[in-house]
Amino acid sequence: MTAYVIRRVLTGFLILVLLSMFTFLLFSALPADPAALTCGKACTPQIIEANRIRLGLNLPLWEQYWEFVKGLFVGHNYGAGQASFQCPAPSLGYSFRRGECVTELITSRLPVTAYLTLGAFIMWIIAGVSLGIYSALRRGRWQERLTMGGALVGYSFPTFFIGLLALFFVVIKWQLLPYPSYVPPTENPVQFLQTMILPWLTLAVVYAAFYIRLTRNQMLETLDEDYIRTARAKGLKERTVIGKHALRAGLTPIVTAAGLDIAILMGGAIITESVFTLPGIGRLAIDSVLEADLPVITATVLVAGSFIVFMNVVVDLLYAVIDPRVRLV
Amino acid sequence: MTQPYVRVQDLHVQFPTEDGIVRAVDGVTFDVERGKTLAIVGESGCGKSVTSQAIMGLLNRRNSRISGEVWLGDQEMIGASDDTLRSMRGSEIAMIFQDPFASLHPFYRIGNQLAEAVRSHNNVSKAEARERARHMLAEVGIPNPERRLDDYPHQLSGGMRQRVMIAMALINGPKVLIADEPTTALDVTVQAQIMELLAKLQDEYNTAIILITHDLGVVADVADEVAVMYAGRVVERGGLEDIFYRPQMPYSVGLLASVPRLNTVTERLIPIPGQPPSLIRLPSGCRFEARCAVKHLVADDRCRLEQPQLMPAGDDDEHLVRCHLDVAQRTEYSQSKLAEATAQGSAS
Repeated sequence: MTAYVIRRVLTGFLILVLLSMFTFLLFSALPADPAALTCGKACTPQIIEANRIRLGLNLPLWEQYWEFVKGLFVGHNYGAGQASFQCPAPSLGYSFRRGECVTELITSRLPVTAYLTLGAFIMWIIAGVSLGIYSALRRGRWQERLTMGGALVGYSFPTFFIGLLALFFVVIKWQLLPYPSYVPPTENPVQFLQTMILPWLTLAVVYAAFYIRLTRNQMLETLDEDYIRTARAKGLKERTVIGKHALRAGLTPIVTAAGLDIAILMGGAIITESVFTLPGIGRLAIDSVLEADLPVITATVLVAGSFIVFMNVVVDLLYAVIDPRVRLV
Repeated sequence: MTQPYVRVQDLHVQFPTEDGIVRAVDGVTFDVERGKTLAIVGESGCGKSVTSQAIMGLLNRRNSRISGEVWLGDQEMIGASDDTLRSMRGSEIAMIFQDPFASLHPFYRIGNQLAEAVRSHNNVSKAEARERARHMLAEVGIPNPERRLDDYPHQLSGGMRQRVMIAMALINGPKVLIADEPTTALDVTVQAQIMELLAKLQDEYNTAIILITHDLGVVADVADEVAVMYAGRVVERGGLEDIFYRPQMPYSVGLLASVPRLNTVTERLIPIPGQPPSLIRLPSGCRFEARCAVKHLVADDRCRLEQPQLMPAGDDDEHLVRCHLDVAQRTEYSQSKLAEATAQGSAS
C-alpha cells in the first residue's frame, strides 16, 4: 500500500516533469519573441534586450528550463543590482505583463476556482446520484422518462448558454440577485453566496445531468446482480438493498468520474468563470492566452496537470477502499 | 391432522411482453411438510425457478401477473403486503442459489453479511449478531469461524462460499429452505459435501426443503418427493421411488433414460428429441405432444387436441401423472425405455 502510493506519486511527478518540458518546448517553438512581448507599444530594442537578459531568455533553452526548475525549489532572482526582483520558492516564473510573480497570481486565484468547484460538486453529486437512483427504481415509467429527458436537456445545453440564461433572467430581468462581483467568503459571506449561487447552479446542472445517467445505468446493472437477490431473500428493507448493497457496488465508476471532473474543474472552469467574471484559474488562463503571457500559461498548464495527476492517485486509492478485491501493488 | 407447512395451490405466473404473454408457471400445485424434501426437476425454462421466486415473494409484481395461493403455515404469500413478505423472507423462508460466487456481495465481509441477516429480523446488538454468525459458520462446518468472519467472499473457495450462503439462509431458523440448483456451480466432490450438510441441518432444524435441480443424481440422494415440471406445469408428481422406478409420463421416462450411467461405456447418451414449446404460444393439447414417442397409441389425436389433467397414476393417490395413455401403455413404455437405457450400459 505505502509502496504503491510512493510509486504512484513518483510516476505522477515524472509525468509533470515531462509535461513541463513539453510546454517549454512548445512555447520556444512559437514565432513570437517572448522578450518582445514584455513591453507595450512604446518599446525600444534596448528595453527588449534588457528584459531578455533580465528574464534569462538569452540563455539556451535547457538552461532556461533548469532555471525554471530551480526556481520551484529555491526561488528565482531576475536581473542584478537595483533593477533586480525576486520570486520566492516555489517560483513558477515572473509575469512581466502583470508585474507579478506567477506563483502569487496562481495562489490568489486558486481559492476562487476551489470554491466554485467544491460548491458545484456537492450540488451535482447529491442531485445526480439521488435522481439517478430514483430513475433506476422507476424504470420504464413516466418518472424515469421525465428524469432522463430532463437530464438529456441539461446535458445538451452548453455551460455558457445556461450561465448566460441564468444571468439574464435572475440578475438582469428579475433582479433577484445583484450583479456578480466576487469577494472572499471571509470578507462578506452574503455577497460571496450571492455571487457564487448562479455559477454553482450552472455547473451543477450540466454535471448532474451526466451523473444522473451514469448512476442510473450503474444501478440498473447492479440491481440485476445475484447478490441483490440474496439481499432481498435475506429480508432486508428495500432501502438497505438499494442504498447499501446496490449503490456500493455501482459506486466505482461514479467515483472515477467525480475525481476526474473535480481535477479538470480545479484546473480552471474557463467558461463559467468567464461568464460570471470570477477571478479564478480559468479566467487567468484565458486572459494569459489572449495576452500571450507565456510564463502564466506554462504555470496554468502545469497546475491543471498536477490536479489531474493528483486526483488519479486519489481515485485509485478510493478504489481500494470501495472494493476489497482491488490490490494496490 | 396438521397441514403441511408449505401449500402451493394452482400457482400461475405470467409475464406480459411485447411478443405476448409468457406463461412461465401455469397451475402448479404441491405441498411440502417440515423435515421433508421436495425436488422440482425439469429442463431450463420449465418454470421451476420462477415457482421458487413466487414462493419467496421475490417476483416484481409490476412486470408479472401472479395468481393462486402460496401458504407458509398460516401466512398466504401471493396476496401479502411487501412488508409482510419482507419479514417472512429470511426468517420463515430462506433461499440459497446456484452461484455462490455471484450471490455474496463482493464488497462486504462475511460476518457483516451474516450479521445483517440476523439484525434485520431480530432486535439484537451487533456483538450478539456477530456471535450468532460465528456459531452458524461453525454449524456449516467452516473451520476457524472467528477468523473467517472478517474475510471477504473472494478469499473463500466455492464450496466455502456455498456453506456461507447456507449459514446465511439458516441463521434465523427458517421453516422452509428453497435450494435453487445449490450444487451446479461446484466441484463434484464438494457437491456431495454440500448435500450432506443440507441433510444434516434439515434434521437439526426440521426444515422443509424445496430443491430445484436438473441433476437427478442429487435428487436420488436427498428427495422424499419429486415433482417433474414441463413447460410451466407439473407433469408428474410422486414419491422418490415412484418417479425413479415407475415413471409414468413419457417426459419423465425420457428424463430418466437420458441420465448417463456409470457403467455405460458407449459414449452415446439418449436425448429427448426436440425442444420444449414456446411459453408464449403454448399448444392446446398436451405440451409434450410434439416430442412424445408414444402419442400414436392414443386414439383420435387427443394428445394434440386435449389437455390431459393431473390424475392418480394407478391406485396410489400420491403418485400423479398428466398423460392420456392408460396405465398399461404407460407402464409398458416406461419399462421398455428404462430397460433399453440400462441395457445399453451393460451391453458394452
